Amino acid sequence: MTDNNENLIEVTDLCKSFGDNHVLKNITTTIKKGEKVVVIGPSGSGKSTFLRCLNCMEDPTSGSIIFGGENIADPKVNINIHRQKMGMVFQHFNLFNNKTVIENIMMAPVYVGKKNLKKQKRDNLLKKLHLKKGEAVPVTTTPDEIKKQAKEKAIELLKRIGLEEKADAYPSSLSGGQKQRVAIVRSLAMDPDVILFDEPTSALDPEMVGEVLELMKELADQGMTMVVVTHEMGFAREVGTRIMFMDEGRFVEQATPEEFFSNPKSPRAVEFLSKVL
Amino acid sequence: MLDFDVKIAKFLEQFIDKGAYASVLEGLQNTMIIAVAGLVIGIFIGTVIAVVRVLPKYRLLPRLLDGICSLYVGLFRGTPIVVQLLVFYYVVLPLLGFNRVDSVSVAIIVFGMNSGAYISEIMRSGILSVDIGQMEGGRSVGMSYGATMIKIVIPQAIKNILPTLGNEFIALVKETSVVSFVGATDLYKAFRSIGSRTYEYMVPYLVMAVIYIVIVMVITVLIKLMERRLRKSDR
Repeated sequence: MTDNNENLIEVTDLCKSFGDNHVLKNITTTIKKGEKVVVIGPSGSGKSTFLRCLNCMEDPTSGSIIFGGENIADPKVNINIHRQKMGMVFQHFNLFNNKTVIENIMMAPVYVGKKNLKKQKRDNLLKKLHLKKGEAVPVTTTPDEIKKQAKEKAIELLKRIGLEEKADAYPSSLSGGQKQRVAIVRSLAMDPDVILFDEPTSALDPEMVGEVLELMKELADQGMTMVVVTHEMGFAREVGTRIMFMDEGRFVEQATPEEFFSNPKSPRAVEFLSKVL
Repeated sequence: MLDFDVKIAKFLEQFIDKGAYASVLEGLQNTMIIAVAGLVIGIFIGTVIAVVRVLPKYRLLPRLLDGICSLYVGLFRGTPIVVQLLVFYYVVLPLLGFNRVDSVSVAIIVFGMNSGAYISEIMRSGILSVDIGQMEGGRSVGMSYGATMIKIVIPQAIKNILPTLGNEFIALVKETSVVSFVGATDLYKAFRSIGSRTYEYMVPYLVMAVIYIVIVMVITVLIKLMERRLRKSDR
């Protein structure tokens, strides 16, 4: 998986403005399968906006983002289907407060599974009535089966992060680090092709940063494609395969971590590194 | 000088011996049916309107729907409930060709539509009180706007607005005392008829007031219990 050179996300001329404020200026880049891209830069440089544009959490103003064979920047494309394959982890976790931990993880798989089941049944009916071409596909699953499978998977994921005893707890009873780890496995429940991390450790107490970074490292080692916006330079250096340094809505410099941290080329990157390292 | 004993005796005679308790029970039942059914319809209408009003307004359709909803809210908040009852019963229904409609059903519909207008504003503030991150969390795992709204945002919104919603329900219970304008038997009508038979209104209306207070106190306790149950995700 890691040595696969397939392009996963192709961003071309991506622009984003909020009114007169041009946050992203003609960004073009490609994210390959298995890459761990770390986006760093001063605050207000557009890092988070870039990340949020990748799954259209912010609608791009112009440009294209090719993912899964479609331009997801096009408002006509059903973004929900693509987001299932594009996990996202937020600074403030955004776990569903009205759902237990296990329900949080099961939510998307059950929702998508049931939706697909309904669609399949509808299609079959239309095909039987000859309103649609093709043979009816036998329905092999039931809503209960979908739920059961999602639950098994959720328990497995919780075991992986050692929180299976918290399955029936509500997010409000978890620590920040636990919340973020649950949020990470929630995004894993859909078997995404890539996970976007939007400053995943910035809202955590210092002593909890470690456990979250540890889990992210584990994912990275297993070959997950990751795009990470972070201020954790240690993580960027250790886990990243490519550093993208952003300033004023542009990628000023892209390099491997070794090169970037030991020998930054642009004056802006030199200045930034002198402040943070 | 007030002859309280006599008044009470007269009331009890009517209430028990002459069987007026039956109409009081019927009135109590109608009052509760109208209030509860009105609240249910109101929550439904209010939620739909609130969702329309918080929709992003880039496109024409949401803007059009928003216009319709604000007209609706404006109409129902701009007229007294009695006027709405009378207009619905004596103007709208005959114009639509319905005659002799059960007045309790009319009251349920009018109270539902009326409270829908008020609840929409309560619900809108409830939805806006839920952190935007909840919607983003739902969207990020591939759920649609509508599904995230229904499964994640609205349940939390309802929890946040429960005390205000309880207030609305209490107001609704009390406002039902005007349904006799269209002929429905409610608590007020039942007690008025007891009074009119003996020309003694003091005791019947006093008892009526006590019944209303008891109903409201019971509702208050129920709301408290419900709130406590819904708060379990906060601990």
